[in-house]
Amino acid sequence: MSKFKKKKGGDLPAISTASLPDIVFMLLFFFMVATVMRDSTLMVANRLPAADQVQKLDKKDRVMYIYAGKPSDRYQDKYGTSAKIQLNDKFATVSEVGAFILAERAAKRQELQNVLTTALKVDSDTKMGLVQDIKQELRKVSALKINYTTRLGDYTQNIN
Amino acid sequence: MAKRSAPEVNAGSMADIAFLLLIFFLVTTTIETDSGLNRKLPPMEDQVDPPIIREKNIFTVVVNKNDQLLVEEELIDIKDLRSLAVAFLDNGGGVGDEACDYCQGERDEASSDNPDKAIISLKNNRETSYKVYIAIQNELVAAYNELRNREFLRLYPNVGLNFVDAQKKYDDPRTSANAAEELKPKLNVVKQMYPQKLSEAEPSKTN
Repeated sequence: MSKFKKKKGGDLPAISTASLPDIVFMLLFFFMVATVMRDSTLMVANRLPAADQVQKLDKKDRVMYIYAGKPSDRYQDKYGTSAKIQLNDKFATVSEVGAFILAERAAKRQELQNVLTTALKVDSDTKMGLVQDIKQELRKVSALKINYTTRLGDYTQNIN
Repeated sequence: MAKRSAPEVNAGSMADIAFLLLIFFLVTTTIETDSGLNRKLPPMEDQVDPPIIREKNIFTVVVNKNDQLLVEEELIDIKDLRSLAVAFLDNGGGVGDEACDYCQGERDEASSDNPDKAIISLKNNRETSYKVYIAIQNELVAAYNELRNREFLRLYPNVGLNFVDAQKKYDDPRTSANAAEELKPKLNVVKQMYPQKLSEAEPSKTN
């Protein structure tokens, strides 16, 4: 009859995994919060050109987006392969750009209406003609601040 | 019979469920690429009498439909564009009122008088591809940034930043109002020294 009983067996106690769900949930919440869902589905190819002298577009509520490029594969039967403009969720012609900008501007808060930037997300294989047409339309509605959205990289990536 | 404790709910699969969700969000997350080259378009209304600009103060860059680059009437490679633009902007060939005391260029009389007068005119064809156009814009902005960095470091060595980083810090919403207020006049001084005068002409229909 000993007071100090020897522990039975020499095997290691199992590591408690009870906190694993907590850790995973923590990660999960991080990604849920950090995720920005695209508000419009892309219907055009959108491989942005590279540039390294870029400035950040920080305040999301001050930006209007215009996409342009070739229609994606599944739209090519219907819309062909020449570059098109996408505004919100549908294809648009050049003449609709002005109305779109005015509508977007009217939807923003009053104090932001003068500081809006138009972000041009144009595919790298687009010709300048289309971009020039968009720019011309933007000038007509005096949306003069633009941003050629690019991805970060050396300019030489743009030249084949 | 002895009192039985309530059976514990098996939470072992909780981790699996959470992992599943986690992987879903990991895959669907797209970190938005929201950075780019900021530009300002010229206003629509025509100027009543356009200012007279001397030919030597204009640095013409033309891109044709085959993405070839013509700078000051000479065919060049894009990798030389930055140094040519820097040389043009920093030339400071003016005398008297138009002299530029901070320029370190060659002071060639056939090139620009003063960075304040120097204008880069970029002309493109409708068939020019967008990526090449962006590459050229990038190089021209790089030329301005190179000069601005140099002057910023010379004038404000205690800030410990170059112009581009200081501008980034100023634009960052997390920078405190005090720090931003302190940077603003310094940035403006350097911007005044090398104002970005980049004109985008209307595209040529032919050639």
